[in-house]
Amino acid sequence: MVGIRIVKRQAPLGFWGACLVLFSALLLSLLLSGVLLFLGGTPPIKGIITLFQGAFCSRWALEDSVLKAIPIFLCSLGVAVAFRLKIWNIGAEGQFALGAVGATWVALTFPDWPKFVLLPAMICMAMVAGGAWGFIPALLRQRLKTNEIIVTLMLNYIAILFLDYLVYGVWKDPTSFGFPMTPSFSDQAIVGKIGSSTINWGLAHCLVLGVLVWGFFKYTRIGFEVKAAGDSVRAAKYAGLPYDRLVILVMVMSGALAGWAGFLEASATVNRLQPSIMVGYGYTAIVVAWLARLNPLGIGVASILLAGLRVGVENLQLDLQVPAAFGGILEGLILLTVLAGGFFTYYRFERRKKR
Amino acid sequence: MRLFKVVLVVILSLGVCSAFAADKEMKVGFVYVSPIGDAGYSYAHDVGRQAVEAMPGVTTSYVEAVPEGPDSERVMLNMARKGYDVIFATSFGYMDPMLKVAAQFPKTAFFHCSGFKMADNMGNYFGRMYQARYLSGVVAGSMTKSNILGYVAAFPIPEVIRGINAFALGAQSVNPDVVVRVVWTKTWYDPATEKEAAKSLLDVGADVIAQHQDSPGPQEAAEEKGVYSIGYNSDMSSFAPKAHLTAPVWHWGPYYTKMVDEVRKGTWKASSDWPGLAEGIVGLSPFGKMVPQNVKDKVKALEAEIASGKKQVFVGPIKDQKGEVKIADGVAAPDKDLLGMTWFVQGVVGTTK
Repeated sequence: MVGIRIVKRQAPLGFWGACLVLFSALLLSLLLSGVLLFLGGTPPIKGIITLFQGAFCSRWALEDSVLKAIPIFLCSLGVAVAFRLKIWNIGAEGQFALGAVGATWVALTFPDWPKFVLLPAMICMAMVAGGAWGFIPALLRQRLKTNEIIVTLMLNYIAILFLDYLVYGVWKDPTSFGFPMTPSFSDQAIVGKIGSSTINWGLAHCLVLGVLVWGFFKYTRIGFEVKAAGDSVRAAKYAGLPYDRLVILVMVMSGALAGWAGFLEASATVNRLQPSIMVGYGYTAIVVAWLARLNPLGIGVASILLAGLRVGVENLQLDLQVPAAFGGILEGLILLTVLAGGFFTYYRFERRKKR
Repeated sequence: MRLFKVVLVVILSLGVCSAFAADKEMKVGFVYVSPIGDAGYSYAHDVGRQAVEAMPGVTTSYVEAVPEGPDSERVMLNMARKGYDVIFATSFGYMDPMLKVAAQFPKTAFFHCSGFKMADNMGNYFGRMYQARYLSGVVAGSMTKSNILGYVAAFPIPEVIRGINAFALGAQSVNPDVVVRVVWTKTWYDPATEKEAAKSLLDVGADVIAQHQDSPGPQEAAEEKGVYSIGYNSDMSSFAPKAHLTAPVWHWGPYYTKMVDEVRKGTWKASSDWPGLAEGIVGLSPFGKMVPQNVKDKVKALEAEIASGKKQVFVGPIKDQKGEVKIADGVAAPDKDLLGMTWFVQGVVGTTK
């Protein structure tokens, strides 16, 4: 009988092999979405081309995709730090919201400070606020043995409602006819654009922070401890690593990075605080972190990919009138195929020999 | 002779080109905040878009479910870059992004729905939905037995508050004892939350449920409990055939076709438009079978009075919840006050927070 059996690889798949698997997974998801487009009555090849044109194939499209990728990247970098320790921080959304709130508080309270003081102050406050929102679940987890997944998730709602409370109440712009939004930030509180492009300097923040996080895990002792403790909690405790402190550290780092994203979104793209700043980047970040296997460079690529898909789907809607829901399906397909493709990193199929 | 032929061909082709230029297809883009399949707000706008699509020499397209932040700016930029001549953005949060895009594309005509900012090439518009709300309040006030009307409200912004006040005034005009209980869902489209909110109103004795959101959730709650309901946006009777009394609805087609036509002829100037019953932009959907003839007649008569301008909805004396007179006796509230309305009239139970 000819059959197929699963064999564990002697060593995990190398870099190029992993790239091949990733590429095939993406191809498979595109193929499946092509079938969906066809079933929906859209010419599939033209559809996929329109999608990519809208996402990457012009200067505008590329700028739009990068712009959208910036907050996703920072949130994702944050959750990836926590995931390294196998601490499941689902709370990037709330930490992002609090970061935006913190930055807005500084921007509204000290609008006349010079730019080189005001922007760093906003960043600090955003990191403190976001970090605090990571600190609470970490403390509860280590002291009261609560489940961090539940607590971080619940804290998201509290953070978003707190943001709503502020923009519907004390921070509401008196000239906005009662609509929920703060007044526009002063010019000093706005992160500018790079040259003639539409991309803001947040991109540079991303590069620096990405390198810092990579260096943290690669070269520092604490970074090594986080990785080691993430691989085996019991071994880490046995080796005398300060596990409680590591949990708190990664959660605060995680929250601070998401808070930074909130600062950028409020300052650079919206120029004020309003409820529509919350579009779920904190949840997208989790998808991105897993797609990238928690690697900072990979997170960069995956966040541009996912941001590009969202931008491209708009193009698809405009030119071919494909429903908006298609974007969600495509995203889901990609996550599914790429994660399933991860199987091939450690296993391979082998043809069963004839008896 | 040969030269003559060449010249002739050149002239002819120039002529053909310019003829094409004159008859250039107009491209009209719409930006929606929710999916158009919701039978609600965006659906109503999309029905208007289809009327534009039916105009000769005009093609339309749309992008749905566009979040109100920076994403909307990108969608509008993309449309403008692709050479769309007219862009309609149909939600409040698109205002500032549209203003930014309009500054970059002075030749494109921009229309923003429900906001207040303008530019040389950007007008704004909305419908006087409160007029139709008032009429629906008259229907609800005539049909209630418990004298408690439930209102499932979306967000505490002037548009929604104005609608609740108009509804309450309409109900009080036929039934002075009626109270309107308000529950906020802080959602535009969330069928489960909105249905639950309607149930909470049914629990406090409401026997007519009105709503502001796009989902038919509240209609279904009323149908299940066996009480009446007032829909919104489009005719929602198919979701609650036994409950649905009527619904204040949008008819965007006439406005959209008129604006596109003006832009094409070059006569359009950015303005702030607030059409209502008179222009046929808002109205009531057909009455359910349970609405008695005398109520129908009364509402029809009122509709004609409002449309002709003989009657206005917000005319004093109107008191707020604390009993303070907000609109003095005999005074009609100016549009500016209506657009910034943040207080409830007497007889509404709930907060504007």
